[in-house]
Amino acid sequence: MSQLNRLARGGRIDRSRRLSFTFNGKRYQGHAGDTLASALLANGVDIVNRSFKYSRPRGIVAAGAEEPNAVVQLGKTEAGQVPNVRATQQALFDGLEARSTNGWPNVQRDLMSLVGKLGGQFMPPGFYYKTFMAPASLWMTYEKYIRKSAGLGRSPMENDPDIYDHLHQHCDVLVIGAGPAGLTAALAAARSGARVILVDEQEEMGGSLLDTRELLDDKPADQWVTEALKELAGLDNVTLLPRTTANGYHDHHFVTLHERRTEHLAETAPLKDGRRQVRSRMHRVRAGRVVLATGAHERPLVYGNNDVPGNLLAGAVSTYVRRYGVVPGKRLVLSTSNDHAYRAALDWLESGREVVAIADVRANPDGELVEQARAQGIRIIEGAAVIEAKGDSRVSGARVAKVDLDGFRVAGAVETLDCDTIASSGGYSPVIHLASHTGARPTWRDDILGFVPTLVKGVSAAGGAQGVYATAEVLADGVEAGRQAATEAGLPAASVSLPRVAARRDGTACALYQVPHEKPTLRGPKQFVDLQNDVTAAGIEVATREGFESIEHVKRYTAMGFGTDQGKLGNINGMAIAARLLGRSIPEVGTTVFRPNYTPVTFGAIVGRHCRELFDPERYTAMHQWHVEHGAEFEEVGQWKRPWYFPRQVNGKTETMHEAVARECRAVREAVGILDASTLGKIDIQGPDAREFLGRVYTNKWAQLAPGRVRYGLMCKDDGMVFDDGTTSCLGANHFLMTTTTGGAAGVLEWLELWHQTEWPELDVYFTSVTDHWATMTVTGPEARKLMAEITDIDLDKEAFKFMDWREGTVAGVPARVFRISFTGELAYEINVQANYALHVWETLFAHGDKYGLTPYGTETMHVLRAEKGFIIAGQETDGSVTPEDLGMHWAVGYDKPFSWIGQRALTRPDTARTDRKQLVGLKPRDAKVVLEEGAQIVFDPNHAIPMPMVGHVTSSYYSPTLDSGFALAVVKGGQQKMGETVYLPMADGQVHEAEIVSPIFLDPKGERQNV
Amino acid sequence: MFYIHCPYCGELREEEEFHPKGQAHIARPEDPESCSDEEWGDYLFFRDNPRGIHHELWVHAVGCRKFFNITRHTVTYEILETYKMGEQPRFTAEHPEGRPSQDGVEPAPLREGVRA
Repeated sequence: MSQLNRLARGGRIDRSRRLSFTFNGKRYQGHAGDTLASALLANGVDIVNRSFKYSRPRGIVAAGAEEPNAVVQLGKTEAGQVPNVRATQQALFDGLEARSTNGWPNVQRDLMSLVGKLGGQFMPPGFYYKTFMAPASLWMTYEKYIRKSAGLGRSPMENDPDIYDHLHQHCDVLVIGAGPAGLTAALAAARSGARVILVDEQEEMGGSLLDTRELLDDKPADQWVTEALKELAGLDNVTLLPRTTANGYHDHHFVTLHERRTEHLAETAPLKDGRRQVRSRMHRVRAGRVVLATGAHERPLVYGNNDVPGNLLAGAVSTYVRRYGVVPGKRLVLSTSNDHAYRAALDWLESGREVVAIADVRANPDGELVEQARAQGIRIIEGAAVIEAKGDSRVSGARVAKVDLDGFRVAGAVETLDCDTIASSGGYSPVIHLASHTGARPTWRDDILGFVPTLVKGVSAAGGAQGVYATAEVLADGVEAGRQAATEAGLPAASVSLPRVAARRDGTACALYQVPHEKPTLRGPKQFVDLQNDVTAAGIEVATREGFESIEHVKRYTAMGFGTDQGKLGNINGMAIAARLLGRSIPEVGTTVFRPNYTPVTFGAIVGRHCRELFDPERYTAMHQWHVEHGAEFEEVGQWKRPWYFPRQVNGKTETMHEAVARECRAVREAVGILDASTLGKIDIQGPDAREFLGRVYTNKWAQLAPGRVRYGLMCKDDGMVFDDGTTSCLGANHFLMTTTTGGAAGVLEWLELWHQTEWPELDVYFTSVTDHWATMTVTGPEARKLMAEITDIDLDKEAFKFMDWREGTVAGVPARVFRISFTGELAYEINVQANYALHVWETLFAHGDKYGLTPYGTETMHVLRAEKGFIIAGQETDGSVTPEDLGMHWAVGYDKPFSWIGQRALTRPDTARTDRKQLVGLKPRDAKVVLEEGAQIVFDPNHAIPMPMVGHVTSSYYSPTLDSGFALAVVKGGQQKMGETVYLPMADGQVHEAEIVSPIFLDPKGERQNV
Repeated sequence: MFYIHCPYCGELREEEEFHPKGQAHIARPEDPESCSDEEWGDYLFFRDNPRGIHHELWVHAVGCRKFFNITRHTVTYEILETYKMGEQPRFTAEHPEGRPSQDGVEPAPLREGVRA
């Protein structure tokens, strides 16, 4: 296939390197240096997509990030699929495969376009919602099919083989954009010695200087670019990041840069020295100062059928001709409101093709470029504009007429010009997206007919980004911005001598957005404002008629500026149209907010290496390897991996969890079990005021706790709600060891520090986390004492070492603290040893424990055993709305303590003192085989009309092998006064379970088993 | 993401190292038991939500573990200052440009009963 639109010479492509690629399955040729878009245009591919809503054929419009139509799906392999790629930003590589994202069965013949054509008049904004509203229950069904016919590409269904990195960077000056302003800003800042990062989203740095007609120092501008980049590359304090998009401007000059390192080479990153290269990097930059040199986007004009392939931006035409050696048509009509756009006609003519005419909306255009065009013999139709494009799958003509802008009407006869390309320009819009991310609303300037960014402290804009367009001024503006940034960073100002640029006299531009048509907007041909979201001028008119006056509402109603486009081409035109219809000025109507990301970022780059095993840190106890070797199934508790249960092989079959837990429970109740409890939070508390402090943060009394004793404590917030519990042991007069729940450890430590540092700094007390320093193993069951006696020198006599005592001694020959506390209700010893001795102690216990039936158990068995005893778990029985009284734990509340401890005052507020609060109770299902669902809602009357008043919920529920029955803990309104009453649990499947309210203590209510 | 100067470490660090702990200068009443229910409810639940200068309590959670205060503008998110517990802010709603320094004169507390 020949590249019929490729010029014989010119452009920055490498004609010696031919690249082959496919688009929609068809093979084409391009050159190194092409983008996918320039190669498609070179091959005369007109239709690259179908539009989002109306399925109209669409072609390439722009040459950069603002391209709304040529959004394609890349990928030869399933794993290599990439959606949302702008063809204008994708460098061509050999073997590239791309497809249109819309269009069925294909983009050339699209069935949905019939809907667009026939239904066109009947598809106003909100069409889908209005049409498919009833019945509401079917919306999900409709949506499935609507989504299928819309959308912009699809995600890969296989794992991404590529590697992505995050880099954390700091710099004095971050310069975004490496066009004329960015380059001089970077030079000025870098010569001052500032640490500079210069980023540019394109394949090559240089911006508009890569395709300008102007000369710098009497030489082609790209030569100056080469020199400037050479100097910057040679400086140690400068980092150049080409192919890098500044996508988000976050708080305090935190900017995320997405650097694409291999996407110009291949679909997935090629190998280098046998290793896969990093596909892209996310630079997380904390910049001292930022210079926005992001340039400006040209605004297209809004006229009839301005979406037919062959309608392009004037500047894009110049870029394709001068940078890529591609002329995207044969006969050009230009419609413009300003001088700049004349370059497109001059470049077109120089490429040897015909310029049919220039329709200039101004009455007497007289700038230098206008005169050059006249001198070349180009026909200029003054006071006129293209009001409508002819053609279906490609422009076949332009209807041109004189227009009266004040009256918004066509003011003369319509002439139809024979052409295949229409270029349009309504002027420029500074690229203010990044400044908008900071939350600053932009300011409208009538003199440049555009919004300029409002800048927060530490940010400056230079060149096109703040409405400065003449090359000489842009270069100087960049120097000024770079110099100022360096000075603010405390560095001496450096001098940058600017290249000579011939001054050019430009005529004044005219404000033109929507072009009037002979017919009213609602009846005329479609005039597209936002091509990507298929928003038309008529759509905006309908929105304003229906009462949407705020531009933010117009945006949401019409979808203008949504999605991956973020309003790059259409937003200002849309606002101008809304302003005209509402009889207001553009600044009065205001702008919508542009949001990150500027262009789509692949998820891989956002995730970086934080995936798979590096997704989150994992914490292991000292005995972890033993658990693994003994077949434990693990449960995640925060970042901890805890053994859940230890299934055994029985008759060649692995036990189910139910079987394993039943066996483990019986072992503890009848012989002896062991639990790895190392993950419990441990906080070492020391200081003369440690005891006083405990009295203030716990609900119960600590004044009398003697060394060698242990006490259970409840912790509340000042609203009176329980938030953690645990035991605290007195190690010495001024020394305590607090334990917390596994998940609550970090939060409790922060809580203690909060009160100490902000309220009671006068208390002399210190907190140290020792969770990882001590390993904890719980030996529990009737045989526990016999087993312990074999391996410890501590006196285990039941009078010498009572329940809720702790003793120091050796266990298995290593120093240990042993605590007689019980979370199972059985005789229990919690052994604490230095973590690196723990495996030895654990294994010694097993060496001696076999004859007693020592059985390792996991968290599931722990839960069953503690629930049988009615022991709560903070965060399971409690949810931040449960007081100690609600838990029936008044025995752990010291109302008469001298200091008003945290939570005390709140317990007498009317709401906390209510008697019908949800209170902790036990539930015994009427059918012993039933294990109630945790979280199931409880009602008193199952025959009540829906919605039934819900009076509580199940907090914990298990099967108890000891009771041979299901049982549950629950909170029920006024439950403590309802013992023996029946409640009901209606389930999603229609079943209603029945249960009896009982005491939450199901086993050994007097605690005789743990006291032996 | 904020860039926060820890007044104890003396360094600017990333927000990820810190936890926000709500409005600053909320002192616990000296004698909770003598508070009316309404007063106690105010202390527990009522917080300012200003458009503009706001004083916040933060902790350098994975750094030095110290609590300190931040004066932040809730519109621009600019952090005007950070200061240690027990100190008073220089930037306030009344003095958005910073109050004049009066050596030796303690500025009036921000709220009744402020201790920290």
